[in-house]
Amino acid sequence: MDLNKKFTPETWPDHPERATLEAKNKFVGFWLFLGGETILFATLFATYMALKNSGPSGFGFSTQELYELPLVFVMTMLLLTSSLTSVFAMYHLRNYNFKKMQLWLAITAFLGLGFLMLEVYEFSHYVGLGFTYNNSAFSSAFYTLVGTHGFHVAVGLVWITLLIFRNAKRGLNLYNASKYYTFSLYWHFIDVVWVFIFTVVYLMGVIG
Amino acid sequence: MSSVAQKKGFGATLWDWLTTVDHKKIGILYFLGGGFFFVLGGIEAMMIRYQLYKPNNDFVSAGLFNDLITMHGTTMIFLAAMPILFGFMNAIVPLQIGARDVAFPFINSLGFWMFFFGGLFLNISWLYGEVPDAGWTSYASLSLASEGHGIDFYAIGLQIAGGGTLMAGINFLVTIINMRAPGMTYMRMPLFTWTTFVASAMILFAFPPLTIGLFFLTFDRMFGGNFFNHEMGGNTIIWEHIFWIFGHPEVYILILPAFGIFSEIFSIFSRKRLFGYPSMVFATVLIGFLGFMVWAHHMFTVGLGPTANAIFAVATMAIAVPTGVKIFNWLLTMWGGSIKVTTPMLYALGFIPSFVMGGVTGVMQGAAPLDYQLHDSYFIVAHFHYVIVGGVVLAILAATHLYWPKMFGTMLNETLGKVTFWFFFIGFHMTFLIQHWLGFWGMPRRVWTYMDGQGWNFANLISSIGALLMAIGVIVLVYNAIMTSIKNVKVANDPWGDGRTLEWAIESPPIYYNFAATPLVRGLDTVWIEKMEGNETGLTPAEPIKDIHMPNGSIIPFLMTLGLFIAGFGAMFRTEAAWGLPVLIFGLLWTFVSMAVRSLQDDTGYYIKKDEILRDLKRKGGQN
Repeated sequence: MDLNKKFTPETWPDHPERATLEAKNKFVGFWLFLGGETILFATLFATYMALKNSGPSGFGFSTQELYELPLVFVMTMLLLTSSLTSVFAMYHLRNYNFKKMQLWLAITAFLGLGFLMLEVYEFSHYVGLGFTYNNSAFSSAFYTLVGTHGFHVAVGLVWITLLIFRNAKRGLNLYNASKYYTFSLYWHFIDVVWVFIFTVVYLMGVIG
Repeated sequence: MSSVAQKKGFGATLWDWLTTVDHKKIGILYFLGGGFFFVLGGIEAMMIRYQLYKPNNDFVSAGLFNDLITMHGTTMIFLAAMPILFGFMNAIVPLQIGARDVAFPFINSLGFWMFFFGGLFLNISWLYGEVPDAGWTSYASLSLASEGHGIDFYAIGLQIAGGGTLMAGINFLVTIINMRAPGMTYMRMPLFTWTTFVASAMILFAFPPLTIGLFFLTFDRMFGGNFFNHEMGGNTIIWEHIFWIFGHPEVYILILPAFGIFSEIFSIFSRKRLFGYPSMVFATVLIGFLGFMVWAHHMFTVGLGPTANAIFAVATMAIAVPTGVKIFNWLLTMWGGSIKVTTPMLYALGFIPSFVMGGVTGVMQGAAPLDYQLHDSYFIVAHFHYVIVGGVVLAILAATHLYWPKMFGTMLNETLGKVTFWFFFIGFHMTFLIQHWLGFWGMPRRVWTYMDGQGWNFANLISSIGALLMAIGVIVLVYNAIMTSIKNVKVANDPWGDGRTLEWAIESPPIYYNFAATPLVRGLDTVWIEKMEGNETGLTPAEPIKDIHMPNGSIIPFLMTLGLFIAGFGAMFRTEAAWGLPVLIFGLLWTFVSMAVRSLQDDTGYYIKKDEILRDLKRKGGQN
């Protein structure tokens, strides 16, 4: 593949993310990987539901008292919005508008960072209340499920930051287009997982 | 790379193998790595049978016996059977679909190194002196109570190896979806490719639960988690569910490629098209699907209730239907064929009765009420060895003989091959047939010794003699492999003379870009069709010869895995040694930096020029 081949919006392919065989492989492979990730999170969800509110005798925490819905609502909005901004970025990827794509991806990363910082705050708040990882089966299951999602967000942030800086000077080509595209697939995936966490953990925890 | 053979120094050769991304070389690495662990697991099995050959034996202590059974099971499943099958998949599947490499050569290499370092990590426990001892299932109530670092070796070692397996699974899926040659429709794919495809899909959905289960176990043991600790509100049954949601599909992940190998063998050596090809494909997919629906049949005695037990019992018995379809198709493939009893065919013939016996005892255990009688007895040991050894290991040995020329360019000695077969086959039935009765007579599994006068002595003695015969068979095979490698008599494209699929139309071993021109596939068993029409080469090119794009080798997969390997020790000693945490962080950083380097570096591969391909063709005498 020729990295130096110059494109214009007219010569840029309609689907740059799968214009070469390598990119096509990456596209299919990443979808399959997300299938595996779905099962991974499903296992975590099932365990969380089995161990919810479960602790040693005299255990003093329950989902109703613990969770702070307003904070979690703000987090949800940040992450959902970041998914939208990553869609804008992919729109500009297809239109061969590198600068705008980078800008929207940077906004995506900032929103994700905001989400992650609020999650760190949330966790430290719970730990301050005495709800530590080692405190009960409930706490282990909660931190592992939500923490695994948070870890995915952190990985995504490092990933997009590296991509933005690595390609800042050279613009779009068919080699890095598929890299940007797989990132956006990943980002949507962790957004969808969060929708389930918001529902199953927080809403069902407070209301159910 | 030069097309002229040249002598390379040891260092250069080692570097070549450490950095290779060529699917044929990675196939050989998987095969040799898996073979090493197969011998290791075999030695453990011999020690188990030596301990049990007479009552009140004190060859090993009770604790060491637990180590042995745990490591035997874990090694044979994760580090021997699967990697050896991956070896054949790597070596053969890209050739069967007419591809030049797998979809992700880099990840292919990463998958191998993760398997190898994971296996190494697990087995270092022997040197350290604290060995996993809670059985290969490592049920949480046992594994949490196990002292020392044994279970930590299990949890971390399998975590690393399991990650490699998941990558290999995705890689084969994408390879088969995207890299098929023109004309190779799904319903023209050889059965080994089909079974690899379905087994890979099962890996994709079965291994993430194992990953999570092992993380839970790691957190519980090393980081103060409480998933399985009932005093803290945990639930030990969660491990059993998670383990078997992985563990049951796992046995189908092993047996499906074995079915594929035997399908190839029956067709080749009956010199006949596989009978009922569409129903074979359908049965494979159905087994893959049903394999996820039956995990609780390992847990009938847990007390899930009659409804759950009934559902899982019915689902379990349903799997016998597609399996039966396959058995009849193989028999009917031979019907009216012109059968040649070579070593691989001998294994295939031995496989059918052996595997059917294992299947029938499986259906017996599927009947939940009867399972209450059979549970945790030697009947179970007999059953799963009948399906795993009588199915998977016979397939591995058959494929070793069948594909040896394609992988190494020389034939294994047929006479010695048949000697291996008879020793192994008779030894296998001697070892495990009698164990069904031992189970009926009440001998529980996983006991390190037994008292005199219970009527178990003679049966155990027979079983141990059988194990010795199997060991002799394997030793003959190793001798055979060494001798034929030393003689190294080169063979032509199709040494068996009756090859039907694309891998038999190119030289043995194939040149590093496999096909000078991508072949055109004209039907099921395309090479056979071409040969019947008088095309000696067996290939019709789909395109003119042109430049070929190839991936670059890389040391990064090796380095990435090394980081995880180091981090594993850090995690294990985090609380008891000052260096634990720094080493854990260092190892993970090492891995992440390797990943970042991979991500930031442009690696677009290189091109083999048309001239060079034409030169190679000329040297081979114009053959494709």
